[in-house]
Amino acid sequence: MSDTQNLTLVQAVRDGLHGELRADDDVVVMGQDVGKNGGVFRATEGLYDEFGGDRVVDTPLAESAIVGCAVGMAAMGMRPVPEIQFSGFMYPGYDQIVSHMARFRARSRGRFTLPMTLRAPYGGGIRAPEHHSESKEAFYAHEAGLKVVVPSTPYDTKGLLAASIRDPDPVIFLEPKLIYRAFREEVPEEAYTVPIGEAATRREGDDVAVFTYGAMTRPTLEAAETLAEEGIDCEVLDLRTISPLDREAIVDAFERTGRAAVVHEAPKTAGLAAEITAILQKEALLYQEAPIERITGFDVPYPLYALEDYYLPSATRIEEGIREAAEFEP
Amino acid sequence: MNVFDRAYDDPVRVLDEDGTVVGDVPDLETEELVGIYRDMRLARHFDGRAVSLQRQGRMGTYPPLSGQEGAQVGSATALAEDDWIVPSYREHGAAFVHGLPPERTLLYWMGHGDGARAPDDVNVFPIAVPIASHVPHAVGGAWASKLRGDDDVFVCYFGDGATSEGDFHEACNFAGVFDTPTVLFCNNNQWAISVPRERQTRSATLAQKAEAYGFDGVQVDGMDPLAVYAVTEAAVEKARDPPDGRLRPTLIEAVQYRFGAHTTADDPTVYRDDDEVERWRRKDPIPRLERYLRDEGILDDDRVDAIEAEVEERVADAIEAAESAPRPEPRALFEHAYAELPPELEAQYAELTALREERGDAAFLGE
Repeated sequence: MSDTQNLTLVQAVRDGLHGELRADDDVVVMGQDVGKNGGVFRATEGLYDEFGGDRVVDTPLAESAIVGCAVGMAAMGMRPVPEIQFSGFMYPGYDQIVSHMARFRARSRGRFTLPMTLRAPYGGGIRAPEHHSESKEAFYAHEAGLKVVVPSTPYDTKGLLAASIRDPDPVIFLEPKLIYRAFREEVPEEAYTVPIGEAATRREGDDVAVFTYGAMTRPTLEAAETLAEEGIDCEVLDLRTISPLDREAIVDAFERTGRAAVVHEAPKTAGLAAEITAILQKEALLYQEAPIERITGFDVPYPLYALEDYYLPSATRIEEGIREAAEFEP
Repeated sequence: MNVFDRAYDDPVRVLDEDGTVVGDVPDLETEELVGIYRDMRLARHFDGRAVSLQRQGRMGTYPPLSGQEGAQVGSATALAEDDWIVPSYREHGAAFVHGLPPERTLLYWMGHGDGARAPDDVNVFPIAVPIASHVPHAVGGAWASKLRGDDDVFVCYFGDGATSEGDFHEACNFAGVFDTPTVLFCNNNQWAISVPRERQTRSATLAQKAEAYGFDGVQVDGMDPLAVYAVTEAAVEKARDPPDGRLRPTLIEAVQYRFGAHTTADDPTVYRDDDEVERWRRKDPIPRLERYLRDEGILDDDRVDAIEAEVEERVADAIEAAESAPRPEPRALFEHAYAELPPELEAQYAELTALREERGDAAFLGE
């Protein structure tokens, strides 16, 4: 039994980076303020002092070059871990992500692979200015050649980050900043991996299968407990990876319950919930006992913070949505 | 004088338009000089045949290089085998010099993805079509080379239009800040499709843009292969082993002209006049070097004829090889997306395979 530390999610990011930097000289952390400053969220705190400026690199402010240079480094066999300070600033690097990061392997017929992990704090709920709260994971899930990971616990964060950095393919690693410091969890001190592409059952139940990920996992579990008191027993599946999706786990949970709700903070239209609904429609139509509920952000630009509590699915909205799925009678 | 100590608008020159020596001839063996001539002839002949194949419907859209052989062959000749070329989409000639078999280039423009894959022992990145977005890759690759203690230099080719893009500036900035062994090689061919060089920037030269990033910029007559060789050799040497006080990166502006269209889908008569083309044709790098080599007694009619025959045969062989390549299997759609084929992609491939087996390829190809 290895020793553990009681870590927040952002400390688990740091711990994960630390382990991989120590284990593999080819790992390089790079981005704005990741060095001396330790990252604006402290995700890289202390790494510069330990590993130096060639491995924990303060770069100029230039998202396209941060991603693009990482593409070149990764093509040469290094394992760069570029950080974009906020996911809302990924767009200047978006051309690099979709035109090159996602396609380098395919374009070179497998000669090159890009073992790079692009990290960004993402999602809302922290009273941030514009462009600091968006949830655009569907952009990246839509892009073949990428893997997209969204952890929801410190344990998973460390393990999924290690798995991402060791993965031969490029990974978009989105860190829900609302829960960077919301709670702590015992995390092993030694390095370990949590496999990419596997969902985790956070609560078992027979009545409604609820699919979620990232920061929405906690209000979803809260809603599930409230509903349990009413006799509605939810199974809560934390997807952890949204590309590739754990289709088997999703279909399996649905087949046992016949009812489903999907919760995410991203806008509804063409979001992950639509994809999950389509999977269930195709794979498990005959098990379906109620319309599949989507409890999501609205199809509006992410609001300034005075209204963000209305925008983000709350435990109450989630509870209402799940109740719809549970109580539907044909 | 060190080539990097010149005024930005004082291009390095070795041969004038008549092949007369006007600068320092680089120290090359006779056969190396002939090699530059032969490779330019190869690129020119390849180009003519490629355009013709497109016109005959045997190839898709193709970006011609004629006029730019001096810059491409001169620069690529200055590289060591382990150095890397990061091309845009027009550097077929440079890629051949660095070892890419010409049939790969044909395959790519004939729509076969395999054409973008250089053989394992040929250090050429896949073609990049978006403008300037590959420049950061070259800086990143060179950065990796430096961090790992390797000795490899990365030469990145791009056009004058690329210097207007943010990626070019971000990449130059990183190259300077991290002092990466990168040679940023601008093929200033005067036109970004229909937009002239004067509309691209108000800078008097493109070379001077290096000043802003703290490293050397130098202009070279891009239609003078020996001058290009000399400048690139100096830049590569500096990238590998910089003297005190100089950064490794260099921005080379090779001033030249694209004789033909931007691509076979473009009609340059709409935006430029024949006089201009004629003026630049007088600077053609091939007769220029030929004249010099004949004057030096290195080439004669027999040798020129032999080179012509050799080049024609090589291109004919490449065309035959490319045209006889079988249509790629649809599995290629799926198998290179990820290192390990995800189950969902396996399922999608199985669906396609089943339908293909049931209905035949005719159902897909309209044949």
